[in-house]
Amino acid sequence: MSTDNSIKVKDPWFSAKNLKLLRNPFNMENPITVQVLGICSALAVTVQMKPAIVMALSVTIVTGFSNLIIALLRDTIPSRIRIIVQLVVVAALVIIVDQVLKAYVYDVSKKLSVFVGLIITNCILMGRLEAFAMANKPWPSFIDGIGNGLGYGLILVIVAFFREFLGSGKIYGFDVIPQSFYDAGYVNNGLMILPPMALMTIGVIIWVQRSKNPDLQEKN
Amino acid sequence: MENLFNLFVRSIFIDNMIFAYFLGMCSYLAVSKTVKTSIGLGVAVIFVLLITAPVNWLVDTYMLKEGALAWLSPELADLDLSYLSFMIFIAVIAAMVQLVEMAVEKFSPSLYNALGIFLPLIAVNCAILGVALFVQEREYSTIGEVTTYAVGSGVGWFLAIVSLAAIREKIRYSHVPKPLRGLGIAFILTGLMAIAFMSFMGIKI
Repeated sequence: MSTDNSIKVKDPWFSAKNLKLLRNPFNMENPITVQVLGICSALAVTVQMKPAIVMALSVTIVTGFSNLIIALLRDTIPSRIRIIVQLVVVAALVIIVDQVLKAYVYDVSKKLSVFVGLIITNCILMGRLEAFAMANKPWPSFIDGIGNGLGYGLILVIVAFFREFLGSGKIYGFDVIPQSFYDAGYVNNGLMILPPMALMTIGVIIWVQRSKNPDLQEKN
Repeated sequence: MENLFNLFVRSIFIDNMIFAYFLGMCSYLAVSKTVKTSIGLGVAVIFVLLITAPVNWLVDTYMLKEGALAWLSPELADLDLSYLSFMIFIAVIAAMVQLVEMAVEKFSPSLYNALGIFLPLIAVNCAILGVALFVQEREYSTIGEVTTYAVGSGVGWFLAIVSLAAIREKIRYSHVPKPLRGLGIAFILTGLMAIAFMSFMGIKI
């Protein structure tokens, strides 16, 4: 980052505009509940908190760096082959993440199975690359990628929290419901562990969010 | 033969791409507003799966697996290129989609006009890459199995998107709570359909 005496005044690194890019995906521009991107992998990894958090971090890293790389290359990529170039950049990053997961958290990487590979076709990546990184400077693009990854991660962690807490009485693998409750007749809700409840939980999250922000509501 | 039939039925109803694995959700939710367009996308997905899954399986078996290159020369027998599979698979899928697009455009302009807008979308449909990765993970051993599984998954996806589109066409005349309209109710509907599809799990075939 050289500070040459260019005509344009450079934004400070954490200017209000850049912070807004980081904050927006958490609510008004959430990738999952508003932009409808990246649902494919969002649901299958939310039975427990641990895989969900690992997945969220992996996606955040890949979105951030792929946005950065594409923003750096965007003037040199011919527009006809840009999809392939984007996919190759993303695939390379995903391979790195996958190898790191296999090396350090092998049990989690087994649980995530094919879903790490499916980060490649995660619509958040292509969506943000097309919509933002192809038209903006590297640093804002990086911030945008990180923000969207974290916005995605937020939904993942909320869904995983409810599914693990209600489904198996645990949070991040630790028992939180005392034995006396079970003795008194409390039973874990086995339905929450099953795939359909992930969809329902996201539906309820959307319901809550759109009740709070009426301008997000659709006509029909 | 019986084995293949079982695999076909399993991949449609029990291991349904949408209701059991949530693959291809983005286009599933975005394109399911009317039945007509959803049929177009569903057919395109079946078509692309039929072509890409066997090709990816061949590439994996004869190029990437541990010891897969032994047919070239004995020195290469202990090479393991499987870490490259993500990149190769997605490249194959993108290239195949491009080829399919050109072929359809040349031989059947009417079909191209019906599918044209969807074909590029399919390159980044998680279901396509998902099938390739599941084939690799479950180690299917013959090309017949792979093709059957791929077509079955495609038909399952087709079934799911057309059913959702049909329900969404009807739901326009219902009084859905305002915040749930559109995306929210689509999620909840999909959840209910997934619960319905879980009843197939008990069937032993």
